[in-house]
Amino acid sequence: MLDKKSPAGEKRSRYSAGVMEYREMGYWQPDYEPKDTDILAVFRVTPQDGVDPIEAAAAVAGESSTATWTVVWTDRLTACEKYRAKCYRVDPVPNAPGSYFAFIAYDLDLFEPGSIANLSASIIGNVFGFKPLKALRLEDMRFPVAYVKTFQGPATGIVVERERLDKFGRPLLGATVKPKLGLSGRNYGRVVYEALKGGLDFTKDDENINSQPFMHWRDRFLYCMEAVAKAEAATGEVKGTYLNVTAATMEDMYERAEFAKDLGSVIIMIDLVVGYTAIQSMAKWARKNDTILHLHRAGHSTYTRQKSHGVSFRVIAKWMRLAGVDHIHAGTVVGKLEGDPNNVRGYYDICREDYNPVALEHGIFFDQHWASLNKLMPVASGGIHAGQMHQLIDLLGEDCVLQFGGGTIGHPMGIEAGATANRVALEAIIFARNAGRDTHAEGPQILEEAAKNCLPLRQALDTWKDVTFDYSSTDTPDFVPTATAAQ
Amino acid sequence: MRVTQGCFSFLPDLTDAQIRTQVQYCIDKGWAVNIEFTDDPHPRNTYWEMWGLPMFDVKDAAAIMLELDACRKVHGGRKYIRLSGFDSTHGWESVRISFMVGRPAEEPGFILIRNELGGQAIQYTLQARPLAGA
Repeated sequence: MLDKKSPAGEKRSRYSAGVMEYREMGYWQPDYEPKDTDILAVFRVTPQDGVDPIEAAAAVAGESSTATWTVVWTDRLTACEKYRAKCYRVDPVPNAPGSYFAFIAYDLDLFEPGSIANLSASIIGNVFGFKPLKALRLEDMRFPVAYVKTFQGPATGIVVERERLDKFGRPLLGATVKPKLGLSGRNYGRVVYEALKGGLDFTKDDENINSQPFMHWRDRFLYCMEAVAKAEAATGEVKGTYLNVTAATMEDMYERAEFAKDLGSVIIMIDLVVGYTAIQSMAKWARKNDTILHLHRAGHSTYTRQKSHGVSFRVIAKWMRLAGVDHIHAGTVVGKLEGDPNNVRGYYDICREDYNPVALEHGIFFDQHWASLNKLMPVASGGIHAGQMHQLIDLLGEDCVLQFGGGTIGHPMGIEAGATANRVALEAIIFARNAGRDTHAEGPQILEEAAKNCLPLRQALDTWKDVTFDYSSTDTPDFVPTATAAQ
Repeated sequence: MRVTQGCFSFLPDLTDAQIRTQVQYCIDKGWAVNIEFTDDPHPRNTYWEMWGLPMFDVKDAAAIMLELDACRKVHGGRKYIRLSGFDSTHGWESVRISFMVGRPAEEPGFILIRNELGGQAIQYTLQARPLAGA
């Protein structure tokens, strides 16, 4: 840890008019012991050249809590010692000269209960544009149980979702309807029917399917629910299609959600770009109306992907579990989109566990108790196919949704065959895993065996056998497994 | 038609040796194994009839296979039979795996009833066709 010096003894001059260093104003307190009730945050701080890292870290604490650029006498009308955020630790980032991890504690009273909008306005409000910093990234947060308990959490949760769908012991299977733009409602419903009848549990609207000239939302909902009902009759299974209710206003979103419910849909969907308040509103609606709420993380890569600046996806995942969605896209590792295996493991743990211990190698900086808040189902989507089934189950476990869009609809024998290939591959790997086989090592062989009884799987394996997306990740953990834990 | 509920309905029907591997998996996880049967495979028919109580303390898959045989003697080939594993640990307290181990000789499937509500909206009702001799 850098600089143990504390600004104690500066009281007399603390409130003289003028400009004072943030570290001298009480925002740097290296001896502070975070309380169990504090909200904690760790930022990756990259100060401008010549700016002292401690001062930069103290400024982050100041600008995300009570400070302004100059001393104000009106501080003295408040219990300002309590309301000041306290930077209590600054560590150099391993192997990254010029960057520092700043650990900051915030008193619980700084935050409105149950509001992600309020939380994010504080923590990622003004401070990200602060001139003395070259770059700033919110890496992780710790929420006290008292704060967690002010949130609804996932409207349905993994356990009740499985009970409602009557599907246990294996990942759920989905596919996004493609092409994502241009299909009419009638043609769109055809894709839904074929995929669900073939063995998928879910189909999905894409993030930008809302209500366009080629397909207005009511047409889509009507044809999709015809497809869902027909597929249920053909299979005897509960089926769903994520009807995207994202719209320009809350009133529009509620109207679409109500129509989806009236038609009997078990699930609706929203995009992350609707904003935190709209997400919380829809989570309340979903709980009140017995509907599963899928969140597509549209837009997140604009601020989660680069290591130097923005907000880590692990923070977004924590906020969304509090906000109350039931599904969240959290990475595939092996697919076409960004996702370092260790970081993705951290995201999945945040979604599904009741307690996350510090795991620096997975990017988790704090112990987090979830206080029995419902579990959030992670969704793996983007550039995955049946031939990777053993890897996906090995990496991601069984409590997730695996979504094969192109990997279903692009099957040479059609959509139903593509769906069947994925379902057979999934069941074969789960069966083999449970029977004690080493699916990591024997996966390809298990799939070959299953393909002997299933021509569509044979064709899927032949079509996509060599497809991988092997690029290095931009967002990786800074610590190797031997690193010692932060306090 | 083939009802595809449960974990392994897209695989060929499981042999007894194969069922035993999954039962052992449940026992090793500490889950109670439950045998249930029904003549109504509607996907929202949650409460199938229980073949006795869930087997909470059975350590040997063979004992569960004996119970399954006994259930099959009565219902085999006429009703749907499933096995499930129940996990009582905190945060789950629910079924963790469920799969079919018996089907009627003929699966008559479902009738989809479309109740036209006016306008374009339709209310869908799914009804299981009665099983022969159930």
